Amino acid sequence: MDITITLVAQIISFLILVWLVNKYLWAPLSALMEARRKKISDGLSASERGKHELKLAQERSTELLREAKEKANDIIAQANSRSNQILEEARKNAKDEAERVVMQANAEIDREVNKAKEALREQISDVAITGAERILKREVTSKDHESAMADLIARI
Amino acid sequence: MATENSGGGSVEYIQHHLTNLRIGEGFWSLNIDTILVSAFLGALIVFVAMKIGKNLRTETPNGLQNAVESILEFVDAQVKDSFGSRAPSIVAPLALTILLWVWLMNFMDLLPIDLLPAIASGLGLEYFKVVPTTDLNVTLAMALVVFALVLYYNVKVKGLGGFLKMFLFHPFGKYLIPLNIVMTAIDELAKPISLALRLFGNIFAGELVFMLIALLTLGATISASLLIWFPLQVVLDMAWIAFHILIITLQAFIFMVLTIVYIGMAHNQDEH
Repeated sequence: MDITITLVAQIISFLILVWLVNKYLWAPLSALMEARRKKISDGLSASERGKHELKLAQERSTELLREAKEKANDIIAQANSRSNQILEEARKNAKDEAERVVMQANAEIDREVNKAKEALREQISDVAITGAERILKREVTSKDHESAMADLIARI
Repeated sequence: MATENSGGGSVEYIQHHLTNLRIGEGFWSLNIDTILVSAFLGALIVFVAMKIGKNLRTETPNGLQNAVESILEFVDAQVKDSFGSRAPSIVAPLALTILLWVWLMNFMDLLPIDLLPAIASGLGLEYFKVVPTTDLNVTLAMALVVFALVLYYNVKVKGLGGFLKMFLFHPFGKYLIPLNIVMTAIDELAKPISLALRLFGNIFAGELVFMLIALLTLGATISASLLIWFPLQVVLDMAWIAFHILIITLQAFIFMVLTIVYIGMAHNQDEH
């Protein structure tokens, strides 16, 4: 029970043991636990960041969707108005064409009428001359003839 | 303890168990049993530590690693409680060493009291004191190392001047300097001494109780009628072992915590 040199031996072995425990037990294990702690906290913050990014992405996608819808609506409206415009133009063109055709037809009719009137006039002058010859039973002079013709044509 | 063996077999038995296996004379004697057992237990710690260290896993720690990790975290929490985050890196390994080593040395108390001495005498060794912490040299050695660290950190943190000032002006102010020196010296010296004696006393007393229980049927080789005490002996032994498990753990824990607290106090700039 008395204090002997054993004390010194125990001090030395205690110091050696502290050194060994630090080297083989404390240092590696606490480094490992520290690494694990860091890993876990990194993972947690990464998941936090991921959540945040997901939220941002969702917001952006909603925004994009909204914009796309707006654009589509615009395009549809534009197309509608364009189609109306085209329809209008086509209608107007058709109307113009129809009027033009009618006018042409009218002109044709006028020309035909004039032509017929001309032919009729000539035939009537022939008929009148033949009738006058028959009535007069005589040859009229060329001069008479001319004047009679002119008179007739003027009358028609 | 040079009593004559007038008390018969009992005194002889107890004295036999309290005598170290030593070589050398007087102060220059080495307690071989103490040194061997404590060194063996220290080696056991290091061996297990190396075994765990071989396949450390960050992701999936296995059973033993888990257990050691929880001990580590427990010690670390104690250190952080006393120091905050500015603990010197030596404190936690020191505390861990104390906890494990003291617990294992105390644990030798729970082995059957005559087992190792009987084996030793079979090997031709006359004496073999099994429990290292019943040797004051062991407890005092650790306490002195702690004391040295306390002094070192006192001087390091407070400066030599601050340390001397603590001696001169605490606890009674500057008008009672002589008394202050005595008080502070006692205060400081009481730390290692109480540390050493508390552990020594508790484990020594526990060992002594085991011896007394063993004495109940000691004379059975002479008169078989003493075997009547055998059932009582078994019951007492089991009860004391159960209780002693608490004591050895508690004493190891106390030694560790006080070590942390003393070194922590040395770091405290404005105490008192």
